[in-house]
Amino acid sequence: MKRLLFLSPVLILVVVLIALAIGLRRDPSKIPSMLIDRPLPQFALPGVYEDAPGFGSHDFTGEPRLMNVFASWCTACRVEHPVLMQLRAQGVPIYGLDWKDKPADGAQWLRTSGDPYLAAANDESGRVGIDLGVTGVPETFVIDRAGRVRYKHIGPISPDDWRDILQPLLQTLRAEG
Amino acid sequence: MKHAKRLLLALLVAAAPAAAVLPDEQLQDPALEARARAISRQLRCVVCQNQSIDDSDAPLARDLRIIVRERLQSGESDAQAIAFLVARYGHYVLLKPPFELATIALWGGPFIVLLLGGGFVLVYLRRRRPAAASPPLEAADEARLAALLKEESH
Repeated sequence: MKRLLFLSPVLILVVVLIALAIGLRRDPSKIPSMLIDRPLPQFALPGVYEDAPGFGSHDFTGEPRLMNVFASWCTACRVEHPVLMQLRAQGVPIYGLDWKDKPADGAQWLRTSGDPYLAAANDESGRVGIDLGVTGVPETFVIDRAGRVRYKHIGPISPDDWRDILQPLLQTLRAEG
Repeated sequence: MKHAKRLLLALLVAAAPAAAVLPDEQLQDPALEARARAISRQLRCVVCQNQSIDDSDAPLARDLRIIVRERLQSGESDAQAIAFLVARYGHYVLLKPPFELATIALWGGPFIVLLLGGGFVLVYLRRRRPAAASPPLEAADEARLAALLKEESH
């Protein structure tokens, strides 16, 4: 009993250190999504291109897809862009949401650097993005075949993120009934 | 000296915290605007972390301020306007975290530390008491002590 009392400060220190080791490593700028396992909020947006339609929440049925939030003014999106182009080449279905951006600027960016998206929609006011809980660009939602959000990736997708997180998740979602 | 005082006053006035709310965002109705300001001060800017949306110049903070004003104008209560944003960004958007299961360690922690510390002090004091309370002196010792004290005082 006496030894336990003597050791208690050490034990408390260990507990505090473990809590700090976990807590301080978490990135406070990554806000967990409120939409996980919930259906996408209702929306329908015009296309980024004048001559191509955008998309809406009702389009996310049938197969699991990614929805990438981007903008022409977003520098981190430029880092992510080659990865998205590679995914496009592999046939990964990605929808692009051009957030808080003029449609002409979004279209210009996709024309000059390449368009990795099955469809690109423009959210100039940013209201759909706010409904989705978007805090910045890029962000990527993984949406299952029932139109539910299953995961949100914050920041650019690195090749490692794709291999370790997103690809396995998409495979699981494809296997779901 | 007088000039220096004036300059100091001018600097202090200029140093008053400047909110990021722009004139074009403000509502006509001063009561509604005051409510919107009060709400904005409680909401975290999700881009810049430890700033309220009232203080932040981030474009998204501006959007959220406008949304708060729209909700109030449509007749919603303060709680409803806050709930609208909490539904989208979670409790993270509140600068003061609510008391719930996930934050129980945060709110309860200080009291647990207080209880632990208090318990420790209590145990410590209990243990000390028996040593302090010595048995009363016997009559012979009492007389000797009185004699010694008398000697001292001379």
